[in-house]
Amino acid sequence: MKTTPIYGMMAEFDSASDLVAAARRTHEAGYKKIDAYSPFPVEELAEAIGFHSNRVALVTLIGAAIGGLSGYLMQYWIATISYPINVGGRPYHSWPSFIVVTFEMTILFGGISAVFGMLALNGLPMPYHPVFNVARFAMATKDRFFLIVFSTDPKYDTTGTRQFLESLGPRSIAEVPS
Amino acid sequence: MADHREEVAVGNLRAPVIEPGYTFGSVTDKISSIVLTRPTSNGWFVGFGIAFLVTMMLLFSLAYLFAKGVGIWGINIPVGWGFAIVNFVWWIGIGHAGTLISAILLLLRQSWRNSINRFAEAMTLFAVACAGIFPLVHTGRPWLAYWLFPYPNTMSYWPQFRSPLLWDVFAVSTYFTISLLFWFIGLIPDLATLRDRSENHWAKIIYGTLAMGWRGSARHWHRYESAYLLLAGLATPLVLSVHTVVSFDFAIAIVPGWHTTIFPPYFVAGAIYSGFAMVLMLAIPIRKIYGLEDFITDRHLQNSAKVMLSTGWIVAYGYGIEAFMGWYSGNRYDGFTLWNRLHGPYAFLYYLLLFCNIFAPQVLWIRKLRTSPIGLFCVSLVILVGMWLERFVIVVMSLHRDFLTSSWGMYYPTRWDWMTYVGTIGMFLAAMFLFVRILPMISIFEMRTLLPEAEVKPE
Repeated sequence: MKTTPIYGMMAEFDSASDLVAAARRTHEAGYKKIDAYSPFPVEELAEAIGFHSNRVALVTLIGAAIGGLSGYLMQYWIATISYPINVGGRPYHSWPSFIVVTFEMTILFGGISAVFGMLALNGLPMPYHPVFNVARFAMATKDRFFLIVFSTDPKYDTTGTRQFLESLGPRSIAEVPS
Repeated sequence: MADHREEVAVGNLRAPVIEPGYTFGSVTDKISSIVLTRPTSNGWFVGFGIAFLVTMMLLFSLAYLFAKGVGIWGINIPVGWGFAIVNFVWWIGIGHAGTLISAILLLLRQSWRNSINRFAEAMTLFAVACAGIFPLVHTGRPWLAYWLFPYPNTMSYWPQFRSPLLWDVFAVSTYFTISLLFWFIGLIPDLATLRDRSENHWAKIIYGTLAMGWRGSARHWHRYESAYLLLAGLATPLVLSVHTVVSFDFAIAIVPGWHTTIFPPYFVAGAIYSGFAMVLMLAIPIRKIYGLEDFITDRHLQNSAKVMLSTGWIVAYGYGIEAFMGWYSGNRYDGFTLWNRLHGPYAFLYYLLLFCNIFAPQVLWIRKLRTSPIGLFCVSLVILVGMWLERFVIVVMSLHRDFLTSSWGMYYPTRWDWMTYVGTIGMFLAAMFLFVRILPMISIFEMRTLLPEAEVKPE
């Protein structure tokens, strides 16, 4: 049973409250490899499946710092070393003039890092994903809420997990082919 | 969000941000059906057709410009910055409302923004795209515009980083990029909705490709929310900086009428002023035509009107300080600039400006007018005209008479100036027509969060 073609067991719920409650109970029951899907961000949901912090802020900080530093150093290098121009005897390293471009570069690199960092950490773009094999999952972007227990979870077994998910009172349950 | 729900309950006291009675499903259907199932009306084809023809006029006038050079315009010495710069500043100013609504109002937890942020962001992108054309063609040799960017080159030169015109290159291109990212990141979950709901094979593929496999996982939402908030935090100083940098183009020069420290804050306020006017001019017909009064309610109109009223007063303060400094500085050139505005050959434009930007918008104090779509539409139009006149006054009236009487002159726009200007309005409208037809013009997933059922009840 090593190469199982089953990706996981998916349960469908009617409301965000039901999903959060179900996710919390599944997590407490010892299932660790789980995920939940909602049509809009639900703050409590990440907490309920045991996902507490992400690294988007760190990526953004690094990007912004690289942008700001490279922006300033580029101007410093150009204005004092590579292409010095004497404008009315003013100093080559006229740092107040460099603030605007430094600021813009900080924002630009920070923003790009935030967006592309988020996409990369989320593993997007992803053209194929097994959850879409469940026809009802199309409702996850409208008004339905889904919970999945991945088959890689050590506690996963086809009948036991299905029975457990049924005890949560879902609207439907489906096995997700890989 | 909690206070919003209370407002739904006491809806008779204050117009709600979304009419009661909607569910996740009905919100989704209502917004996505505009794109997916609603037949394209004849009105859309006519409107888009006209806008497209006007865009063709823009391309024609630009083609002639490239063939002949900027001599086809009215610019000359002393007025070397004519319509191109007036229109550039006007469009960039209009582009400010989108990011203000999406970023600053997000950080301030103004949940009413959720139904207008999407098309305000689209408006921003198109306005900045229109704005970008002008300085580019104004360079005279736009095919060499890439010289503005610092890149290693065989001419062994570098751009001059002490020049505000170069700061502008960075400010505007950063603003466009960040606005585009903000708009796109907001679209991803809605593109996934369209992917899952469209019946058409090709629509599925296109929306699916753009949605990049978004599936609404809790982990994804968690990172998504972080990224969205961080982007809002980054865009907030950015939106305030863009028009500040634009105002540096003027304020750092020594021309009387330009060389003032009031310019940055007064430019930013003017930008938000005209931006909200454009938002209202678009929102009022759109909500009527597509029956979206339940989502873009009177509350949105009222709030936008209040933003215009307050920023209008900041602009009025700016005019007041300009006039006061003209007298109080004791500088004869500044004093003359003031005199020239009041009595010079373009004086009627200055009085028209005062009427459009200061006097006429005071009708917004009347509550009845703030809730009247037609009234607001007219006031917004007046403000947009007024803000265009403001840039004309700043650019042309300051340049045409500076220090030496021997170098005075007049500026008259030519038909090519007008064709280029009107052409960009056509391009802007054509892009808006396409946008409302092929993308959800209201953020569906953010509207879902406004519904009472989105709240997670404690167990």
